[in-house]
Amino acid sequence: MMRSNLLLSAFGAFAVLAAGSVILPDWAMFLFAMALAKGLVCLGIVGMMRGGLVSFGQGLYYCLGAYTATLVAGSFGVSDIFLLTLLSAGVCLLVGAAFGPLLANYRGIFFAMLSLALSMVLYGSLSKMSFIGGTDGLNIAAPTFLGWAPEGRPLQTALYIYVTALVVIAGTLMRIFFDSEQGLITLATRDNELRVEYLGASVRNVMSYTYVFGAVLGGIGGTIAVLALGHVDPEFAFWTTSGEFVFVAILAGYLSVPAVFVAAIILEMVRSFSNLYFPNTWQLALGIFLLAVIVMLPNGLGSLVRRRKEDAT
Amino acid sequence: MSQSVLDVRDVQKSFGAVTAAQDISVSVPEGAVYSLIGTNGAGKTTFVNMVTGYIKPDSGSITFGGRNITGLAPRQITRLGIHRSFQIAQLCNELTVEENMLVAGAIHASGRPSFLRSAHDARARERAVATLERFRIAEHRHRLIPELSGGVKKLLDIAMAMAGDTKVMLLDEPTSGVAADEKFPIMDLVIEALRAEGVTVIFVEHDMDIVTRYSERVLAFYDGRIIADDAPDEVLSDADVRRYVTGAPA
Repeated sequence: MMRSNLLLSAFGAFAVLAAGSVILPDWAMFLFAMALAKGLVCLGIVGMMRGGLVSFGQGLYYCLGAYTATLVAGSFGVSDIFLLTLLSAGVCLLVGAAFGPLLANYRGIFFAMLSLALSMVLYGSLSKMSFIGGTDGLNIAAPTFLGWAPEGRPLQTALYIYVTALVVIAGTLMRIFFDSEQGLITLATRDNELRVEYLGASVRNVMSYTYVFGAVLGGIGGTIAVLALGHVDPEFAFWTTSGEFVFVAILAGYLSVPAVFVAAIILEMVRSFSNLYFPNTWQLALGIFLLAVIVMLPNGLGSLVRRRKEDAT
Repeated sequence: MSQSVLDVRDVQKSFGAVTAAQDISVSVPEGAVYSLIGTNGAGKTTFVNMVTGYIKPDSGSITFGGRNITGLAPRQITRLGIHRSFQIAQLCNELTVEENMLVAGAIHASGRPSFLRSAHDARARERAVATLERFRIAEHRHRLIPELSGGVKKLLDIAMAMAGDTKVMLLDEPTSGVAADEKFPIMDLVIEALRAEGVTVIFVEHDMDIVTRYSERVLAFYDGRIIADDAPDEVLSDADVRRYVTGAPA
């Protein structure tokens, strides 16, 4: 996609999403904000999927980002949402940069299980740390926006627009990365690592980059989620949370950025409504939905966009 | 004779009880075209794999342009200018021919691939198409790899390896899996393109007509050793080579 078209699409997407703040009821705005925050985490997984890896442990960074924001807010009285997001992203960047090169040596199920193991180590550790709430977790006060401290509907609106802006920025940057030289090399790595190495590129570096991007996005997603919920607990790092992210990534596929957020919103809606109408069997509905997508769209929702483009050319 | 560009000295390699290379010593002059012959399991591909870093020798040394490259990783060796193609063409099947070339261009041509610069920008595509045209496969540029013939795959594999600053090119059976009538045209094209750039060529081959037509010197491998190292006519008339390699009557 041409850069000018990409920017236009980004502005368009922001306008459409931001318009939701006017028309959506409170409950829907909360649902969308949570879905978009989780979509950011899933975008990181999709970045890795383009290189042929699937992380089953993105809950690690989701949780780390959320706890960083909560602890910084609680300990230092920082409430500015921009600063909290930046700090959480920074912490996740450092942790991702430490683990990335190690995990980049593994492929397939070994990579998936190792990433899961790391997130479960965090889950176990946080559960035992009673001085930061143990299994009960911690609360965080409402954020401020460069000194402005909204409450009620304005707070929800500001948070929703903030996450919308982040989604558009992250989505645009990720698209630029996907279309870049490194992005194409990542895609080639998924296909044939041997060829990539024999062209002179380091497959390990390629994998490390995508892992670190995923870590940063995970941290940002976790920060938004905890600010929307007002509470964090170790469940953020539990394997079922990571499984949800993988669910969305599979649903979206690795071909399209917007598909990730569409998939995240679909999951939140399917979960909310099935929970409402058949609370004891909502996981069954979710499972059937995923099966249907895998059978009919093995490359995810994003392949619909690719197919339309191919048909057009 | 030109200065030696690649020196292999007393290289040994074993896989358990199997000795794949023993006391291999070769000096390849700059710009020369060498061929490696031998039966399956004789040690030809092991030689190529050791020079290109896929396998680390147990002992001995490999120097390239005076620099010891023994045990370096494939990407480090590639970056120095030793490139290779594969017996089974190593391509990215989910990408088109042009995208495969763009991958090679992104890694080779730009030095450090960018996170921001588009891989599909006009200059990169022009470069990719120019290389494809040089190998006469530009007409296939929008096709996916599984749709290509064996010959086109081989040419693309070599074209990708040539996208960088190639000083030595190792071709592992460049005509295997290629239709009989395509073998000579493909070799003409490849050798002409490599010679035009002064690239030193080492190719593994089973077809003796190709060996005699294109190589200046032949290394005959048997049981992990080099049993003959001379001009094609000399090697192919050698009694041991006839007995162990070509199977021709002595």
